[in-house]
Amino acid sequence: MEMQQFHYDNKIVKNFLYATMLWGVVGMLVGLLLAFLFLFPNLTDGISWLSFGRLRPLHTNAVIFAFVGNAIFAGVYYSTQRLLKARMFNDTLSKINFWGWQLIIIAAAITLPLGYTSSKEYAELEWPIDIAIALVWVIFGWNLIGTILKRRQRHLYVAIWFYIATFVTVAVLHIFNSLELPVSALKSYSVYAGVQDALVQWWYGHNAVAFFLTTPFLGLMYYFVPKAANRPVYSYRLSIVHFWSLIFIYIWAGPHHLLYTALPEWAQNLGVAFSVMLLMPSWGGMINGLLTLRGAWDKVRTDPVLKFMVVAITGYGMATFEGPTLSLKNVNAIAHFTDWIIAHVHVGALAWNGFLTFGMIYFLVPRLFKTKLYSIALANVHFWIGTLGIIMYALPMYVAGFTQASMWKQFNPDGTLTYGNFLETVTEIIPMYWMRAIGGTLFLTGMLVMIYNVIVTIKQGSKVEDELAQAAALERVTKKRTKGEGWHTWLERRPVQLTLLATVAILIGGIIQIVPTIMVKSNIPSIASVKPYSPLELEGRDIYIREGCVGCHSQMIRPFRSEVERYGEYSKAGEFVYDHPFLWGSKRTGPDLHRIGGKYSDNWHFNHMYDPQSTSSGSIMPRYPWLITGSSSELDKSQTEAKMKVMVTLGVPYSEEDIINAQANMLIQGEQIENNLYTDPDFAKTYEADKKYSQEHGEDFIEMKNREIVAIIAYLQRLGTDIKVETAGQ
Amino acid sequence: MDSISGIEIFPIISLLIFFIFFVVLFCWVFTAKKDYIKKVSQLPLDNQNDEISCDI
Repeated sequence: MEMQQFHYDNKIVKNFLYATMLWGVVGMLVGLLLAFLFLFPNLTDGISWLSFGRLRPLHTNAVIFAFVGNAIFAGVYYSTQRLLKARMFNDTLSKINFWGWQLIIIAAAITLPLGYTSSKEYAELEWPIDIAIALVWVIFGWNLIGTILKRRQRHLYVAIWFYIATFVTVAVLHIFNSLELPVSALKSYSVYAGVQDALVQWWYGHNAVAFFLTTPFLGLMYYFVPKAANRPVYSYRLSIVHFWSLIFIYIWAGPHHLLYTALPEWAQNLGVAFSVMLLMPSWGGMINGLLTLRGAWDKVRTDPVLKFMVVAITGYGMATFEGPTLSLKNVNAIAHFTDWIIAHVHVGALAWNGFLTFGMIYFLVPRLFKTKLYSIALANVHFWIGTLGIIMYALPMYVAGFTQASMWKQFNPDGTLTYGNFLETVTEIIPMYWMRAIGGTLFLTGMLVMIYNVIVTIKQGSKVEDELAQAAALERVTKKRTKGEGWHTWLERRPVQLTLLATVAILIGGIIQIVPTIMVKSNIPSIASVKPYSPLELEGRDIYIREGCVGCHSQMIRPFRSEVERYGEYSKAGEFVYDHPFLWGSKRTGPDLHRIGGKYSDNWHFNHMYDPQSTSSGSIMPRYPWLITGSSSELDKSQTEAKMKVMVTLGVPYSEEDIINAQANMLIQGEQIENNLYTDPDFAKTYEADKKYSQEHGEDFIEMKNREIVAIIAYLQRLGTDIKVETAGQ
Repeated sequence: MDSISGIEIFPIISLLIFFIFFVVLFCWVFTAKKDYIKKVSQLPLDNQNDEISCDI
């Protein structure tokens, strides 16, 4: 057999590793800043682009797509070349993949703090960036499949299947969830509304966890754990079952994010059933990973790479046991909207993704630079600080979650809520937020120790950007099954067929859930009194989206006695038919806002937005002065008609007349709110003084009716009031 | 769901797909040959690729 010589591309792996470390620090720093904003809400006072609502999506996106994303690419590019005995298909594609991804991250880091967001969790980026993501992702897939086709190793190892499934599914999810109609270069509306938007979003959201944070990392686990332990995976048969059952079942589980909401009951139950089943493949994989170390546990004591990987796999096991548990309706009733979920996701992110990435970095850096790790002692320090950080982060958040849930639900004997003031449930858990911030600091410190260790290791090593290797060329074999060849053996040497089957497996669940949902439109009980938002309310809603209010406030009252008592009538599917996008939220750091309309006066909202602590003592909501004073407070009405036209295209019944009269309507509604504000003598005095000052100094004065605060008050006062109109009418 | 004609068949089809999927999966796994399984599971451990030095 002729031996061929070729070079592995180590440079691309190295670049992705550097990016992983850089963005890891950035993402975690933003997370830490957010953790401290819970303790010092006015830490970034008055700086709109450093406010909590805008930074929260930056943290999640940076950690998921920048830190974990680059780690995926690094691991995939390293292991794929070696498992297939081939250089990556095309160096230019590799480079476009790398630089394209970094540019997308930079675009996200600029647009998210500036408030350009679609508000859909983990899919916040606006449409031009969405298109760029799709393009770079296709480049990645092209490069991956190209490499598979020119491989020198006949059989595709299970890690490669996980990479293929990752590519295919993320592409499908990203495209369908990001379907939106642009209004301008950086503003668009989701084509789905209300319940449908929620289902598609959580089909995406859950499977982003599945196919971005899990399947690629399982592929990495199946490569790097055997590699580090120097023994084959415990059961290859189990890995086959693991792969197919995991990708088949995962795709159905999304609706467990929407239990007790206005989503149709059948979809909720389907989500629960599949989430419970998901435990089996997940634990099958975890056990397979851990048992790979059978007979090699002594190595775990000395090798930091294995230490990190063992904790990572354990974290995977914990998070995937907790996931199905949280999907049970009775558990979800407690955990949903609380900090329990924050604990759950961070066990996954810090332990599973974080520690597996760290293990991979400690494994790869010495090999890429042909040297030994500078300090095993420092790696051990990192391991222990990191582990302590995870515990210090997760435990207090569990306590906080239970505390919130029990305080929210507690009743006095006379039937009133024991903690009727939501703020009591916030101030109670501040000590937990302190501990969480300390845990996060520890985890980040550990990462910095690793970076120091890596830098010194690289300095003492030598760069080998193109590594020489040799392997025999692949002989042609018939496309049909050879004699005595099993079907699966045949299948996994036919990558295209394997890719197609994997696609079918993930599409079945998607189709069975999504197709009826598209039909649901006519099945959602419509409520006659639910009308589209007025132009000013629509503008207010866009400010609500821009400021990321959805990060802390839900708009979904579940049909529980405790919630109806606290917030008002539970939310109905028919109330959201004009909500492009839906704003149900997933976390209640503050109270639910679905029935906030009419609950407080316009003045209360005005004062609350200017200084939340003045109306609600002890509140941890930041101030929003840029909506109220200064030149930034002027409401941009130039796009209103365009926004309404897009809404009409999406099926919102604005008439021609509505659109023509939009500007006039906004002025009328704005004046009404301005007049309401005048009822407060303090407001009248300050406002008149400001006006006089501006006139005397020849400065431009923005009238209150033209300021953003008025639009957001209009929106908040409208929220959840449509069904009250019906009640009054009856 | 009344608006989709023949909707009652959906759950049965779903169940069938689900059942057949796993039956086929287990058939594959159990009929896989031992020497093949062993060979493939050794793939990551092929150290020749990793450790080869540049002076060859």
